[in-house]
Amino acid sequence: MFNSNGNGTPKIGFYVCHCGHNIASMVDVEEVQKFASTLPGVVVSRDYKYMCSDPGQELIQKDIKELGLNRIVVASCSPLLHEHTFRVAAEKAGLNPYYFHMVNIRESVSWVHTDKLSATQKAKALTRAAIQRVFFHKPLEKKSVPVNPDVLIVGGGISGITAALTIANAGKHVYLVEREPTIGGHMAMFDKTFPTLDCAACILTPKMSAVKSHPNITLWTYSEVEKVEGFVGNYKVNIKRKPRYVIEELCVGCMECIDACIYKEAKYPDEFNQKLSKRKPIYIPFPQATPQVVLFDPETCIDFKSHRCKKTCIESCDRKAIDLKQVPEYKEINVGTVILTTGFKTYDAELSPQYGYGKYPNVYTSLEVERLVNASGPTAGEVVTKDGKKPKSVGIIHCVGSRDQKAHKWCSKVCCMYSLKLAHLIKEHTGAQVYNFYIDMRTPGKGYEEFYDKLMTEGVHFVRGRVSEVTDWALVPEEENKLTIRVEDTLIGVVRRVPVDMVVLAVGLEPRVDAGDIRRMFNISCSNEGWFLERHPKLAPVSTFTDGIFIAGACQGPKDIPDSVAQAGAAAAEVLSLISAGSIELEPNTASINEKFCSGCKSCIPICPYSAISFNDGTQKAVINEALCKGCGTCVAACPSGSIIQNLFEDDQIFSEIDGLLKFADIELEEMEAEHA
Amino acid sequence: MNSKKWRLNMPDKNYEPKIVAFFCNWCTYTASDLAGVSRLKYAPNVKVIRIMCSGRVDPQFILQAFASGADGVLIGGCHPGDCHYSEGNYKMLRRFRLLKRMLHSLGIDDERFRLEWISASEGEKVKTVINDMVEKLKVLGPLSIPKQINILDEELKEISEEHSEPLTAREELSHV
Repeated sequence: MFNSNGNGTPKIGFYVCHCGHNIASMVDVEEVQKFASTLPGVVVSRDYKYMCSDPGQELIQKDIKELGLNRIVVASCSPLLHEHTFRVAAEKAGLNPYYFHMVNIRESVSWVHTDKLSATQKAKALTRAAIQRVFFHKPLEKKSVPVNPDVLIVGGGISGITAALTIANAGKHVYLVEREPTIGGHMAMFDKTFPTLDCAACILTPKMSAVKSHPNITLWTYSEVEKVEGFVGNYKVNIKRKPRYVIEELCVGCMECIDACIYKEAKYPDEFNQKLSKRKPIYIPFPQATPQVVLFDPETCIDFKSHRCKKTCIESCDRKAIDLKQVPEYKEINVGTVILTTGFKTYDAELSPQYGYGKYPNVYTSLEVERLVNASGPTAGEVVTKDGKKPKSVGIIHCVGSRDQKAHKWCSKVCCMYSLKLAHLIKEHTGAQVYNFYIDMRTPGKGYEEFYDKLMTEGVHFVRGRVSEVTDWALVPEEENKLTIRVEDTLIGVVRRVPVDMVVLAVGLEPRVDAGDIRRMFNISCSNEGWFLERHPKLAPVSTFTDGIFIAGACQGPKDIPDSVAQAGAAAAEVLSLISAGSIELEPNTASINEKFCSGCKSCIPICPYSAISFNDGTQKAVINEALCKGCGTCVAACPSGSIIQNLFEDDQIFSEIDGLLKFADIELEEMEAEHA
Repeated sequence: MNSKKWRLNMPDKNYEPKIVAFFCNWCTYTASDLAGVSRLKYAPNVKVIRIMCSGRVDPQFILQAFASGADGVLIGGCHPGDCHYSEGNYKMLRRFRLLKRMLHSLGIDDERFRLEWISASEGEKVKTVINDMVEKLKVLGPLSIPKQINILDEELKEISEEHSEPLTAREELSHV
């Protein structure tokens, strides 16, 4: 029978994968296979086309059973990709999965090197290191932890709403935390959605009220996550609920207080309407805001500044819902999983001064125009310039802040389509001549290209060329009192000057300003651009490198509504699969103390970031609480007596790896010297 | 013996430095995978050992690597503030600073021991750091500590011929 406990002589099986041509084209796999067969302990050495395929795995299993192998080394792709696959294969054949070790000769060798000889030499060195390492492997028990079925979702845009409803409908409890006073996100600001021209409010508000009334959803708006601790299945999260100065449970959203405010006229810029209209110090962001609760802006309310207001608002509220002495409320919740749906921000158009945003009043951003065309917006759906006139001609400038070496290199993906939508809506509202200035029209998606075709038949003008300048400097009488867009029309090869009454800048999407803080708080990574980084761009698009933390929507990269909703559904499914399983297996790479050698110096105790190490006064030795240990190994490296052992990364294992890598170097050196001689 | 010393200092056009790298699982190892997936091309001299956190790098690993013939040691960890385990990379930084001084006093050039913060999205940085380090080490030439130890051994043997049971330097090292 085979030896599964690893005691006795190691019998190593070595397998090298061709990965089709991926590895075999740059690494001489047969050479590696032959080399491995000469190494001590290796019983069998094989090469195979695809080790991760079923026949490949069966090859290992057959050898374990027939040859009594008790160590397995596979040289193929990155352990981050297939370590799990091979561990499971070994386990199915009756071997403890931790007797397996993986050599990365694809991502680290064949894909990054260009010389077959040196690539093969490197593969051999890595192979030798792994084979020397597995001598020291030990059988380990998997650590299983329960998964708390409660879920935290951060961000109440369309992605967060979709994920929350999906999970809540499955009967699990969701905490939905939103920073703004209302959920809805950017989608709530839009009038219509492309390409079907559905009214955004009509499809979004039912979902928003479903969130509010769902028994399985705890909705905390105007709240922010302050601290996150723990690990997959067991996160402890601290949330700050900012004071609205209105008791949420009592307010019914009648808005009597707003009418009663001592300010008869609204005089402060309304953030929801992109500052195109005014609001009072007590306000509700928009009519369908969820929850339907007013809030105070302490920056502008007289009573917060002088304490000498007549407080007519309080008098007007017959439910006694106003509490000007409200303080922030701090909540602590325990959840098993988290979905981040924190969304995006639009590019600040003032950073591209050639377009004149902030300089000419009739240069608008696309989000401002979204509010202008919206019936509940600042002009009740009238598209008018700042002087109140209907524009006769409108220019929409694409790629503002996108595909621009001076701003962002990426394509924001949604701008072409929303520019088409706005062109349609502006034409519908005003009958104006609408010009689209584009670099390339990008309309891939179901029904998107058809929408573009439809716009062309509607008489919208398309000019291919990046706009160089928007100016009010008139050269001819037709340009007087207008904004002139200067552009090279690259289809006819001339520079054109197009005078318009209104300019719309199709601003791109960029990561939120504080995306970096959020990412640190939840211990996930960002791409160079600042978008949250997914675990795998194709195969794990909503997972992150931190187990139990998922991402969905535009916080991961520019995305339109259908894509955001699809991702939210995917993230919800990932969460539900974790909850259904009930528990999750963790890598058993925790550290433990070898009491025999521990001198009780206490060096390890302050080093542990999780306070997992304590000191036993009785035995005068350090003790590691395995449940708290996350397996970083920092204490192991700090222990002066070498008495801390980290499973899977033991000193002996790493020393043998170093030795294996460099002993091979010695051999090369000797060979070279022999040649010299 | 003299011939060996001469050989050691002989410039070799085909010299390829041997570098051992310790990459943390969460940032730098992932970045090196990204470099692979992006098919970036870099020098084959660096051989990577994967660890969970740069904080796991024991100074002994570095000394052992040099003693076993590495011409350079590279450590890759998450950027400050980004450590998957909160602060393992800071612990590494402290050790790095101390160890660098010690290696310097042992005559090991500063360029041979390098700590880099490479996040999971910085595949490009893996390439530039490795290429840069290989270039610098090529200029410096081989370190060859095992050979130097052998030479020292022979010298020691000559000196201590009258003493009984001389310890070889390699044996002495094994007690470290």
